[in-house]
Amino acid sequence: MSPAVWFGEVGASLLAMDWTPAIASKLAPTVFPTGQTESAFAERLPLLLRDAVTGSLPEPWRWLANSLIAIVAIIVIFASLFALLTLAERKILGRVQNRPGPNRTGWGGILQPLADGIKMLTKEDIVPAAADRLLHFLAPVVLLALSIVTFAVIPYGRHLVPVELDAAVLYFFAAGAATELAIFMAGWASRNKYSLLAAMRALAQLISYELPLLLAFVPVVMLAGSLATTGIVAAQGGWLGGVLPHWHVLTPPGFAGFVIFMIAALAESNRSPFDLPEAESELIAGHLTEYSGFKYALFFMAEYLGMCALSGMAVTLFLGGWHAPLAALEFIPSYVWFAVKLLALLLGFIWIRATFPRLRIDQLTRLAWKFLVPLALINLLTGGFWVLTTHWTGGMLVVRWAIALVLVVGPFLALGRQFQARYAPRTYRYA
Amino acid sequence: MTTAFTPTPSGAHVRAVHDPFHGDLLEISMGPHHPSTHGVFRMMVTLDGENVVKLKPVFGYLHRNHEKLGENTSYLGSMPYTDRLDYFCSMTNNWAYALAVEKLAGQPVPERAEYLRVILAELTRLLNHTCLAGFLLQDTGASGTPLMYAFREREKILDLFEALSGSRMMCNYQRFGGCRIDATPAWLAAVRGIVDGYGAFLDEYEELITGNEILLARTQNVGVLSPALAVSAGITGPMLRAAGVDYDLRKVDGYGLYPRFDFRVPLGAHGDTYDRYMVRMLEMRESIGILRQALAAIPDGPIMDPKAKIRGFRPKPGEAYGRIEGPKGEIGFYLISDGTPNPYRYRVRPPSLINLTVLEDLCLGHTLADAVIILGSIDIVLGEVDR
Repeated sequence: MSPAVWFGEVGASLLAMDWTPAIASKLAPTVFPTGQTESAFAERLPLLLRDAVTGSLPEPWRWLANSLIAIVAIIVIFASLFALLTLAERKILGRVQNRPGPNRTGWGGILQPLADGIKMLTKEDIVPAAADRLLHFLAPVVLLALSIVTFAVIPYGRHLVPVELDAAVLYFFAAGAATELAIFMAGWASRNKYSLLAAMRALAQLISYELPLLLAFVPVVMLAGSLATTGIVAAQGGWLGGVLPHWHVLTPPGFAGFVIFMIAALAESNRSPFDLPEAESELIAGHLTEYSGFKYALFFMAEYLGMCALSGMAVTLFLGGWHAPLAALEFIPSYVWFAVKLLALLLGFIWIRATFPRLRIDQLTRLAWKFLVPLALINLLTGGFWVLTTHWTGGMLVVRWAIALVLVVGPFLALGRQFQARYAPRTYRYA
Repeated sequence: MTTAFTPTPSGAHVRAVHDPFHGDLLEISMGPHHPSTHGVFRMMVTLDGENVVKLKPVFGYLHRNHEKLGENTSYLGSMPYTDRLDYFCSMTNNWAYALAVEKLAGQPVPERAEYLRVILAELTRLLNHTCLAGFLLQDTGASGTPLMYAFREREKILDLFEALSGSRMMCNYQRFGGCRIDATPAWLAAVRGIVDGYGAFLDEYEELITGNEILLARTQNVGVLSPALAVSAGITGPMLRAAGVDYDLRKVDGYGLYPRFDFRVPLGAHGDTYDRYMVRMLEMRESIGILRQALAAIPDGPIMDPKAKIRGFRPKPGEAYGRIEGPKGEIGFYLISDGTPNPYRYRVRPPSLINLTVLEDLCLGHTLADAVIILGSIDIVLGEVDR
């Protein structure tokens, strides 16, 4: 049978293509428009380091060594980011709350994550007598594994994509959605009533927020015309007059999508104000109640890694990925820009945690189904309109922006009113 | 299949289902070790999903025989014990007990001491309501930030108490016929400074959190207490006034020097958790007004009635009930004297316990998360509930 039958015409042409130049172009020195060749070295530094390690290996084994190096690099970098993030979170929360935060270990508390790690590792691992021992053990492992595999498809820099998948975005969200099942596993296996309630909440939250999360990035896929993260980042390259980047967040459907995506991401990563599965004041520690020691640390790590992964995906989809915000700043390596944007989003997560009270479960689901899902659906329409009108110029450009803004702001105000009418500040009388 | 719709006194309809489809109800023992039961309090909660269908409060874990101790101790000996009732409000507990004994013995109090009592009671009200606002928001899941802001202000007032009485929380300050230690002009100036800054703190706090949509959604129409139920259950304090009943002992009894001061009593219209929070926020602003007036008018003079008997204090046989408007409600002491140095009967009317009795009525039909903030808005201290 011919390849055309199996893969269709496009697939056959892809198969028939000579891929060597495409791969070679990735390894070729990058040439910048302004001719800043010295930056190319910094840009390619991670690749050069990798090749220095694996270059001596025989050709058939090199891909395996390269993959292993990518895996090790991701785990090491994000595990240290997790450690620093716990410290940063405690420090920032402390400063927001008029207290210094951890400052006893090392210089200004810099060794606190190390102390926490030692404490976690040396604590006794307690499994409740009534627990399902296998699932109780598997839950943190599965959760962490699924959190880590999502990192495979994020483009960290111009040459830094661990795995290039055509449907990378779908892969990412499939793996991300499965993490909630691990939380359910933990809650169920602990045989604890608080854990069970947390598991119930986690599932309700998963079903509610997976939908706006997925719908929010569809306009971006429409704009970029690709489900591959590399394609989406490539579509956001270039600047209007050297100052205005072509990021998706700067288009009306992209902006609405970004806001919906970030709200849903907060819920997906169980962060305040959507931290219902581990609501401390209600469920003690939710699904973590019966976990201690290293397993608890794994849960914690998975939560932070999930937050990093979702932030990284938000950067990729909406904030231009590794592209610099200004053409003049392109001499800074792309992976630095990615890191800066990632850390900015993570700071936002921490800031929100320090600020907001928690929603109730029915309000949480109502917000998803009655507000975010309709907005995301209307945003699909906006995205379609935006894609269809890319050729409009001159005066029609103003019309294009006006229609798109009405499509974004109108439903937001209309849907928001139902929530405002229900709750309002009150005035009080005096006797 | 048995389905029961049980109307509760507060009007909530609660569905309790036992059938193969819905399964059994989930019974949870919240407490005595739980982050948000405000001490060693326990709620046996029966849940249908997340909804509370039954709630049984269990307390007594902190019982320490307070009332029996009072019968075996001299009148003055009970004064430090009253600090331990509601450990946020030792000054008002002291005052209520001193008032009861002064009524029993017909003991007058000098004017400066009365002024000091008003100042300390209103500072206690600020302290208690500030803490409540912090704890309540902590219960709604606000990650500690409001609590830390509240505790920053609370520490300032506790420093004042320490400077005056030598102890931050267990003040043991009031005596029968006056106060224990006179306030220095420097201390009064420090109070003035803190009172002047308190309005700014309240503005900041309300600016940051009171209008927050999540807070409104979490607290409005949650745990509605009807005025009829509030009155019949003997609820007092801000909780009663949040239900719309105008009853403030500072106005009703006019004890101490309160008739001299100009202040208003804020009233809620809905009786829900938001009203209970807001009434306290507004009461704090009135307290600042009372403090300003008292600090401007405090006279010089003795702080102790010279005829007051400290040693060998034996009031004539009789009985007396002294009550004041404590921050949590009516705190009262009922004493019977048989002419001996110890009271024959010593009874406390604890506002926390009596306000807690309606907990199940407020919680039925709401979710577990609401039960936590309803308990927080009742404002209990287990030292006073269990005694």
